[in-house]
Amino acid sequence: MTDDVLLSAKGLTKTFGDFTAVDGIDVEVRRGESFGFLGPNGAGKSSTMRMVAAVSPVTSGELRIFGQDPATHGPAIRARLGNCPQQDRLDEELSVEENLWVYGRFFGLTRAEVRARADELLDFAQLTERRKDKVEPLSGGMKRRLVIARSLINNPELLLLDEPTTGLDPQARHVLWDRLFRLKRQGVTLILTTHYMDEAEQLCDRLVVMDHGRIVAEGSPRALIQEHSTREVVEVRYDVDDHGVHAGPLEGIGDRLEILPDRVLIYADDGDAAAGAVARSGTEPLSTLVRRSTLEDVFLHLTGRTLVD
Amino acid sequence: MLALGLARFVILRNVTSFRRGWPVFLSGFFEPVFYLFSIGVGLGALVKTVTTDSGAVVGYADFVAPAMLASAAMNGAIMDVTFNVFHKLRFAKLYDTMLATPAAPKDIAVGEVTWALIRGGIYSAGFLVVALFMGFVHSWWAVLALPAALVIGAAFAGVGMWATTYMTTWQQFEIIFLIVQPMFLFSATFFPLSSYPEALQWVVRATPLYHGVVLERGLMLGDVGSGLVGSLAYLLVLGGVGMWGAGRRIERLLLT
Repeated sequence: MTDDVLLSAKGLTKTFGDFTAVDGIDVEVRRGESFGFLGPNGAGKSSTMRMVAAVSPVTSGELRIFGQDPATHGPAIRARLGNCPQQDRLDEELSVEENLWVYGRFFGLTRAEVRARADELLDFAQLTERRKDKVEPLSGGMKRRLVIARSLINNPELLLLDEPTTGLDPQARHVLWDRLFRLKRQGVTLILTTHYMDEAEQLCDRLVVMDHGRIVAEGSPRALIQEHSTREVVEVRYDVDDHGVHAGPLEGIGDRLEILPDRVLIYADDGDAAAGAVARSGTEPLSTLVRRSTLEDVFLHLTGRTLVD
Repeated sequence: MLALGLARFVILRNVTSFRRGWPVFLSGFFEPVFYLFSIGVGLGALVKTVTTDSGAVVGYADFVAPAMLASAAMNGAIMDVTFNVFHKLRFAKLYDTMLATPAAPKDIAVGEVTWALIRGGIYSAGFLVVALFMGFVHSWWAVLALPAALVIGAAFAGVGMWATTYMTTWQQFEIIFLIVQPMFLFSATFFPLSSYPEALQWVVRATPLYHGVVLERGLMLGDVGSGLVGSLAYLLVLGGVGMWGAGRRIERLLLT
């Protein structure tokens, strides 16, 4: 069923001069899936997304979207895509509804079609009351919802979301997740990039972790946690400047120990048992917290804790 | 309009935006009218008549009016493809948004240039009406003055947009106005070509506005010769090359 493979990349590479942004990745996304690219800043997520959106030429490797080559079928591919870029890029000289109308016309929709579709999407994006307003005074969350509405104007089969909730407050993020989840339920295939682990866990059926332009892990959120972390994590804090001094007494508790400047992480399948062992270790922690392992643990384990900017 | 393809919607976007910003249209209309009155009519009271390059003796205001029409078309086009295009290209990132649709860079170039010449055409039409009522139109050929103004607009819009794609700061636009300003003053606009020194005549002849002025002056004074075809061709080629260049540059800048 090659019809159902919406995105296929083999050895996909993107270079800018001497810099290799995407270094030979292999990806396949099927119809109906929600697929995520996870990675720190500069991992190559956005460069990948721009190639998939058919707005950035492939340096080498093979890329097929809907089975077509973006180098030769760019307009045909873009006609079936929804593109929600990292920056909003709304037209601030136009009103909310005009932004949708004008954008929709580029997809060959008639005036009447665009207006009907805009009505539906304004409702979906909870912006009906603001439809006549200028874009500029809208909140960040509203602008983001408008961008998503705009990207849906052509009823895309595949929706690309590049960091959809970056910079939004928690309320706005949850509203947006709810909208994206509805789209997923409607059968829209989603490909998104994010560096929020909770976002990836909420929205992605399957994801890859990217670092330095390469894919370092692939799987469902749960499988990745199983493979690269333990079931639970114990976070222990002490009243010391250097948490390394407690490495000795804690040694042997859990599967793995990680000393951070401000706390010690103990990876263990049974967190309570590990916490008990900490209590008996003779050290005097300020606090001990047992929590479930998250994608964040996987992510930091795979991509390291060094700051990449 | 259908032949424009997706470029139509670049124009639609600008029309939608300008429905609210129509007061800016007024300045573009009044500027050449003010020049016509101050220089053509005011100075014309002192100068009386002038001998054109084809040997006709005409009133000074009659001589200046066609040049103001050509300048209006130029200014209307240049204003749009410089500041407005720069803003959309570098700050508002509107072209990035358009390129996420089936539209291609050439649609953006064609759309912006067409919009700029529509805008220049509106200024020109307004000016032509004023000139007609003031008695500065002397020939039925003048019905072609408006299409000619569109050609002038296309030439300047094409080249202007191309130049704009190379700009990275607002200050660099001074360079464009350093070219446009002397062109406005010295393209046989206010005095005939024969009044320039021989060497400078060739410089004047090389400028696009000179050819626009030749075209409009021939049509409005009814002094139509085969020389106009050359001027027309010059402007059309300039507009075409400019649009092509602008499209290529947008592709190189945005589809990276």
